[in-house]
Amino acid sequence: MEKHILLRDLDVPNIRDLAVYSQHEGYAAWKKAVTGMKPDEVITVVKDSGLRGRGGAGFPAGVKWSFIPKDVFPKYVTVNCDESEPGTFKDHHLIRHNPHQVIEGTALCAYAIGANVAYIYCRGEFREPAYELQKAIDDAYAAGLLGKNLFGSNYSLDIYVHLGAGAYICGEESALLESLEGKIGQPRLKPPFPAVSGLYSKPTVINNVETLANVPPIVLNGSAWYKQWGTEKSPGVKLFSVCGHVKNPGNYELPLGKYSIQELLEMAGGSMTGRPIKAVLPAGSSSPIIPASNFHAKLDYEAMAAIGSVLGSCSWIFMDDSVDMVWAARKMIRFFKHESCGKCTPCREGTHWALSVYDKLLSGKGTIEDVNLIGEVNKQIIGKCFCPLGEFATSSMTFTLKHFKQDYVDFIDQKKGGSDVYLKELARDHHLHELHSGVVSVNGIKVH
Amino acid sequence: MADLVNLTIDGKAVAVPKGTLIVDAAKTIQNDIPVFCYHPKLKPVGMCRMCLVEIGTPKMDPATRQVVKDDKGVVVIAWQPKLNTACTTPVSEGMAVRTQTTVVSDAREDVLEFLLTSHPLDCPICDKGGECPLQNLTLEHGPGNSRFEYENKQHNAKHVPLGDLIYLDRERCIQCSRCIRFQDDIADDHVLQFHERGRHMEIITLSEPGFDSYFSGNTSDICPVGALTTADFRFKARPWELGSSPSVCNHCAVGCNTTLNTRLDTKTGINEIKRVMPRQNEQVNEIWLCDKGRFVHHYTRAGDRLQKPLIRQNGQLVETTWERALDLVSSKLLGASSVAAVIGDRIANEDAHLLTKLVNSNAKGETRLSPALPASYADLARDYGVGVGFDMKQLGKGDVIVVVNGDVEEQAPVWFLRLRQAVVDRGAKLIVSNHRGTKLHRYAAHIARYEQGMAAQWAAQTDDAALSTEELTKARNVLFVFGDEKLDAVSARGLAQILVGKLVAAGQIGKPNSGLLPLYPHGNTQGVFDIVAGTRHSGNPGVLSVDVAWLVGVGDTSDAPKARFSVVSELFMTALASVADVVLPALSFAEREGTYTSGDRRVQRFYRALPAVGQAKPDWWAVQEVARRMGFVWNFASPAQIFTDLAANVSYYSGLGYEVLAKTESQWPPVGRDDLYYGGTGYENDGGIGVRYASNPSVISAPTLPKMITSMSDLKGPARKLYQTGELIKRSDVMQTHIE
Amino acid sequence: MLKDKYKDRIAAIFAKYPPERKRSAVMPLLDIAQEEYGYCTEEAMREVAELCGIDPTEVKSVVGFYTMYYEKKVGKYVIDVCDDLPCVLRGADKFVNYCEQKLGIKAGETTPDGKITLNVVMCLAACDRAPMCQVNTAYHYDLTPDKFDKLVIELKKG
Repeated sequence: MEKHILLRDLDVPNIRDLAVYSQHEGYAAWKKAVTGMKPDEVITVVKDSGLRGRGGAGFPAGVKWSFIPKDVFPKYVTVNCDESEPGTFKDHHLIRHNPHQVIEGTALCAYAIGANVAYIYCRGEFREPAYELQKAIDDAYAAGLLGKNLFGSNYSLDIYVHLGAGAYICGEESALLESLEGKIGQPRLKPPFPAVSGLYSKPTVINNVETLANVPPIVLNGSAWYKQWGTEKSPGVKLFSVCGHVKNPGNYELPLGKYSIQELLEMAGGSMTGRPIKAVLPAGSSSPIIPASNFHAKLDYEAMAAIGSVLGSCSWIFMDDSVDMVWAARKMIRFFKHESCGKCTPCREGTHWALSVYDKLLSGKGTIEDVNLIGEVNKQIIGKCFCPLGEFATSSMTFTLKHFKQDYVDFIDQKKGGSDVYLKELARDHHLHELHSGVVSVNGIKVH
Repeated sequence: MADLVNLTIDGKAVAVPKGTLIVDAAKTIQNDIPVFCYHPKLKPVGMCRMCLVEIGTPKMDPATRQVVKDDKGVVVIAWQPKLNTACTTPVSEGMAVRTQTTVVSDAREDVLEFLLTSHPLDCPICDKGGECPLQNLTLEHGPGNSRFEYENKQHNAKHVPLGDLIYLDRERCIQCSRCIRFQDDIADDHVLQFHERGRHMEIITLSEPGFDSYFSGNTSDICPVGALTTADFRFKARPWELGSSPSVCNHCAVGCNTTLNTRLDTKTGINEIKRVMPRQNEQVNEIWLCDKGRFVHHYTRAGDRLQKPLIRQNGQLVETTWERALDLVSSKLLGASSVAAVIGDRIANEDAHLLTKLVNSNAKGETRLSPALPASYADLARDYGVGVGFDMKQLGKGDVIVVVNGDVEEQAPVWFLRLRQAVVDRGAKLIVSNHRGTKLHRYAAHIARYEQGMAAQWAAQTDDAALSTEELTKARNVLFVFGDEKLDAVSARGLAQILVGKLVAAGQIGKPNSGLLPLYPHGNTQGVFDIVAGTRHSGNPGVLSVDVAWLVGVGDTSDAPKARFSVVSELFMTALASVADVVLPALSFAEREGTYTSGDRRVQRFYRALPAVGQAKPDWWAVQEVARRMGFVWNFASPAQIFTDLAANVSYYSGLGYEVLAKTESQWPPVGRDDLYYGGTGYENDGGIGVRYASNPSVISAPTLPKMITSMSDLKGPARKLYQTGELIKRSDVMQTHIE
Repeated sequence: MLKDKYKDRIAAIFAKYPPERKRSAVMPLLDIAQEEYGYCTEEAMREVAELCGIDPTEVKSVVGFYTMYYEKKVGKYVIDVCDDLPCVLRGADKFVNYCEQKLGIKAGETTPDGKITLNVVMCLAACDRAPMCQVNTAYHYDLTPDKFDKLVIELKKG
């Protein structure tokens, strides 16, 4: 690609500074919108661009905005920067290195739906980037880009940063709203959907950081310009967080549908270990694993669905053939058990149970019946959870069993469980669990 | 009806109001969809996933937007790809629901197996055993055994006291959040919350003192497992060993319907109340009780209950026989030129009636209500009270509720819950006027303040627009809830009169949901007043001196008359009893039957649950025995017969009788049946829902201050608190730390 | 008292939310409380509850739900090493072993001098630069035993 649209920090040094950003068309779209466009025109251009939500679900952003009722006040924009899916680190990059583009996108969204307040919800661990983001916001205020009566209009906008404090579930939009309202981050019943009753029961748009970062160039250059990249159904560019066993992990900005998984792997320098890549998780721990045999698939929403997986948040965790999928699946289940909010029974109890069976396998005490039990417990969770995250938890089991059943069989047959490495790993988790449940009292660190 | 929605559940047609949830629609045709987190009194949350069913809606042709029909003209149903929760899904026209398919029963089994992975399975030692939704549903829908390895069960501290009334067993908790939601949405005491998350989630409180709420006991009723138990009942009995008798709480004007669970105590060898449970009456207390009503019952079996009659000999009270005591009382009454009866407002109507009848046979006989102050306005509360069809549940948008000079949570706790819902959930407008803050202030659209004791003056002079005749006329209904706190009799009556005046001026007379609602001190203030009011009665006790006074159930009232000879009927040796000439041991409400009349004039029956203590007798029996000795030919064999006589003499009660009072009707939501998981362990109403007698607003067209009360203007209504000390509450160990 | 000591910061926090939505400030206020006391003491939770006009139980509930709030004393520095799948693929497990050995404590524990708590945590969204950790608020990337030694020296000084 010639120039980056999102990762502009790679082309323009110090674009995180307002002065630099401004020299490179920064806030031009913002000024254009507030001084020359009606809110509906902004929605239309975003709708026409075909921009789909980059948080994972891929819902068309402009369509989402158009759901907001015109006659209810106030309304809110909430930016989802709770990036917590293992393997995802794109929003982290954007708010740290190109914060003004995120702010400008947020502002455009607010203007489009008629909101005067926007909250950027950052996961609690993003304390430092959030401070930097706040500084960028302060600069924007100082430059008259945010605040009251912008560009002499009667439109005013405040943008605030709100920090979480450690909970994956807050990436689920309704849990995020609960958290922002000062409650525990358990998802809400839907309907009503946030567009009708969101933050403080008011109409609310919730968009991912990356989604909004696309908006300024779209508004500035038009939908046709944006559609020169990507496919008909998946227009534009997308950030690909690539990690795991690759030589050059990092964020890659690519047009959708142009490259294959194999090409992405090669862009990232290929295998770090020299061993063949066995599989990849395309959207973090919650996504259906893709065996190397399917690496020919193109990188867009439809092609990924065709091979039984998802594009999702585009967090690509490549694994070489040294990785035992039983171990990998346990690691992922451990994550979901830790992050289960506890609201619904299947996720709360199912992940706990599944982990205990995986632990048995790793400890060397497992049998093939336990492998079957994992399949059964997994089936018992599927389709019964309150929110998508419960369902996400099952992907690691479903798809490692589907594509790598032999790993499970070998694990039992070749007595791979009980190795020093596994026992050490189990002992560490067990120790943390004991500390947490008060058996051993050392400090207040939480381990779920 | 236009707003009915038609659907089928397992092929059976159902029509229910728009907005009904599938789980409730199914309930109307006795299809019991199992639930844990759902409760018909709480907002749905869809957490436990027990109620998953198959849901389909008529298939629509996207092109024509018409319903698709098959060859036979039957509407094709588009089934949702996944199961969905019946507790969160409202019905829609043409919807089809399947609750008995393999996929549904598998899902129920799956969810139960999940719940049981963390459950200790300690049913044999669990208080809930025998009436436990989890136990029952596991038997009905659960797996035969669990594949979860028992050693992997989490062990948590058991029996954690949340406060001194409620204990939490963290292992048994299934995280349904019913208790949290009851506290948040019904009681509005946000003192229970989840702590931690995922499998570690548990119920906590950080209130000071712990679980600080007047309504905590209800969480134990609606807990679908044995996680929340009351300090009072835990380890005391198994549910199936308990006897149950319908009763009525007499601690405040609400008149909550209760069920007394009794059992022979193996240690003491006496039959006693093991717990007081709510008995459903959607018109009165729904399925709730305050903690006072639930936990104060211990006085009924207190060791210092009076067991034998006592008479004064040589300055000392000594035990005697009923014969001697009754002979003495009757002889004194026969010789008396002036007689007074003072009747406590927790005394049953029947006893009050018989004593009034007896005392009024004396030419100078007077009967009074104790405490006396409510007598100064109880006639107005009766005649201008809410209508016969009054239903607090119907108060909502367009209605105005004005609370004047009362603290509803402290003085009528369940009314607080219900009025709050009328305001918060249904949009009634609340105006609160008081000389101090109360919990109801939180929800008030409008607040007025006045100096202590100046309620009547405030009401008379206020130019508050919210209370203008114009505003009150516009209202759909106007309900005045009022109390006598810090008012003397003149002011208390004055306040009631002014409120009546506002009702009259606003044309709010004669409507079911408009009128006065008094915050009386106890459960039969209105009833005793109704009886004594029709006869010679005065509210002038401090001044009056008589030959013989008979004080029944007055506790340590300050308004006892001066008497040359006094008879006290009591449960305990009160200070007044200790200076009496004759002390007669009475039966508590639990040991006899009778009726009470609530603050909203609902006459309700209570039933005998326990045998007598010692030689104690019901007051009506003692009165009749005395009367017979005086020559009256009375042959009342039971309170029922006395009530018939009462109804014949007190016009308001005409037409009422024990049979009509015992009538029940089907109530929604159904609770207390075998499907305990739906509504909780509260009891179905099997003793009668009671009857409200009609108000009579024509009696006083222009209320004026009666002369007789002016001389008691020094008596001021107390600022009553729910747990203020008294003869009854002080005998309940579990309440000790709460008594103020 | 937080409300006196951090008057301006607290006012700035409340200014971010509608006046009738004080509860939204719970988490930012808990951040201040934890900064002040090192962890969320019961007293701090009551202070925050009062500031937000909610029950202390509701504050404790929030404290319990989110992993970054501590309810007991922790080290002056909390080293959170990510040992989630992507990081372990790049050596985070061995790195945690090294940290334990270097500090002489197990993950979850605090050094006897009260300086450092070592903890392993779930994904910190820096998978491309594993092994990595967060020390209080600061991210440290591409860690090696050598870099960790230097980090520990710095922390012990502080």
